[in-house]
Amino acid sequence: MYTFSNKLKTFSFILIILGVLGVGYGFMTSHKSLEEVKTMIAEESAHHGGGHASEATHATADSHGEAAHSENAHGAEADHDAHALHVQHQIANRPWSALYVAAFFFMMIGLGILAFYAIQIASQAGWSPVLFRVMEAITAYVLPGALIVLAIAVASGTIGHYNLFIWMDPEVVAEDKLIQGKQGWLNLPWFAIRGLIFIAGWSLYRHFARKFSIAQDTAEDTSNFKKSFRIAAAFLVFFIYTESMMSWDWIMSVDPHWFSTLFGWYVFASMFVSGITVLALMTIYLKSKNYLEFVNENHLHDVAKFMFAFSIFWTYLWFSQFMLIWYSNIPEEVTYFISRFNDYKLPFLGMVVMNFVFPILLLMNADYKRIPWFVVMAGIVILVGHYIDIFNMIMPATVGDRWFIGIPEIASILLFAGLFILIVFTALTKAPLLVKGYPLRKESEDFHY
Amino acid sequence: MEASKVIHAIYTDDDILMSAVKKVKAERYHIEEIYTPFPVHGLDKAMGLAPTRIAITAFLYGLVGLTVAIVMMNFIMIEDWPQNIGGKPSFSYIENMPAFVPIMFELTVFFAAHLMVITFYLRSRMWPFKNAENPDPRTTDDHFLMEISVDGNEAELESLLKETGAVEVNLIDKAH
Repeated sequence: MYTFSNKLKTFSFILIILGVLGVGYGFMTSHKSLEEVKTMIAEESAHHGGGHASEATHATADSHGEAAHSENAHGAEADHDAHALHVQHQIANRPWSALYVAAFFFMMIGLGILAFYAIQIASQAGWSPVLFRVMEAITAYVLPGALIVLAIAVASGTIGHYNLFIWMDPEVVAEDKLIQGKQGWLNLPWFAIRGLIFIAGWSLYRHFARKFSIAQDTAEDTSNFKKSFRIAAAFLVFFIYTESMMSWDWIMSVDPHWFSTLFGWYVFASMFVSGITVLALMTIYLKSKNYLEFVNENHLHDVAKFMFAFSIFWTYLWFSQFMLIWYSNIPEEVTYFISRFNDYKLPFLGMVVMNFVFPILLLMNADYKRIPWFVVMAGIVILVGHYIDIFNMIMPATVGDRWFIGIPEIASILLFAGLFILIVFTALTKAPLLVKGYPLRKESEDFHY
Repeated sequence: MEASKVIHAIYTDDDILMSAVKKVKAERYHIEEIYTPFPVHGLDKAMGLAPTRIAITAFLYGLVGLTVAIVMMNFIMIEDWPQNIGGKPSFSYIENMPAFVPIMFELTVFFAAHLMVITFYLRSRMWPFKNAENPDPRTTDDHFLMEISVDGNEAELESLLKETGAVEVNLIDKAH
């Protein structure tokens, strides 16, 4: 059995408290009056020496569909007001988006591992059963994490002032033919119901998979194993549909004018590789604390291979999406990448380096994949890279060029990291760390590559 | 050339072969070669063979392929005749790079794969019309053969090999 060390528990509480304070600070400082925003813009343009024109360019690229922006920002006073209003909205969006990105990032780790776990069971993998309890612990975060994401999304449209999804704003929709056409799908009640259906399905699978897994520990026969095999296969079918729809709802609809067909797969690759990376990090941590004496470097090697392979898979999908849109250059699609290229050059290109170049060079060598500190190093780069990936999906649509990785962003990460550690490691204490009665346990313990 | 004699010990089971290899190594005899009909997992480790470096060559060949792709397309598309083809920016390599990536990828894989295979053929001395070096045709079907050089210690080596479970032990004169 695992005992949650007090040190780690205190650490997670500190993270949560620091996070809450930072998030609170973010919300308190994001409410600026129109006058304040105007002075700010005036100061900025004085600083940049007539940088007003460049201020205005992002207005043409973003998808906010608010009042019309003038191309030449030195125009009438009304345009100045509209521009200031737009900037005011972006500033107010920032703590919401920061919270949402971090919430989604940690939720997708749990969800990615849930899919990974189901795949291991459905494919009857012989190497991984010794890691099942670690995976089950990580998936404990799916239910609270996903509910938090959905709650933030809905709250941004009810308590907040439509800070994440502009299609929730009736004033925007009234003037926007494109969003009007999508109202059948993009409306708040149906969005919330859909989200609850997804979460219910994932949590039900998680609940029963865990139940059968624990029941199998003391079972005389393999009936629980068979049941868990069947529900894993059924869940994977459910998952691939709902994951795809979830990515349209929770991520793609921040840009309601834009759409991409492989987006669901792209988000899936991101969540899968982050999940596997967290699995590797947790395994190394628990092993270093002598809780997993049945896990050897061959298991680590296999997990690192998955990290390597799915980093490349992510890159493949990222590039496929980018290159197809870049190549055909259709205006209604390409704005998505233009706004990212103009305002997010460093995170946009930096994440490709972190999610592709680093893993491919660090994890290509078979010997390196067996060295814990090497995997940890690569894993941290991958996790930061995938946080930035989600950041790049949400932020350009909500805060535009007003982005920065400052207190609201870092505090949100701390908050959810603390929550994640607390929930996952608490779940880890609830059951023995080795699946005793699982039919493939012996094979997994003897696994040798 | 001194007359070289070898002993061929023939086994019929890979597990027995593995334990025999360990025993022979423990007695500090030098195993010249082992012929098996299929890969025996762990045999290279038991024999103490050095790990292969073919993956390293493949990585380097891949880098060569990537370089070839970049240099080729940079010359053709950017330097030699930078046409406007469908509005694609041909001012610099980086601006038009996404369009070149499929070729960069394929040439990397092409060079890595083919040059690695050719390296494998050269290093393992395999080519068409090469004379087979098979000492006993049964080793391609269901027998395993261990070849050990001898210099005056035939008797003790023979008894050791019989002990390890060899079904046949033959002294072969390789001089001719």
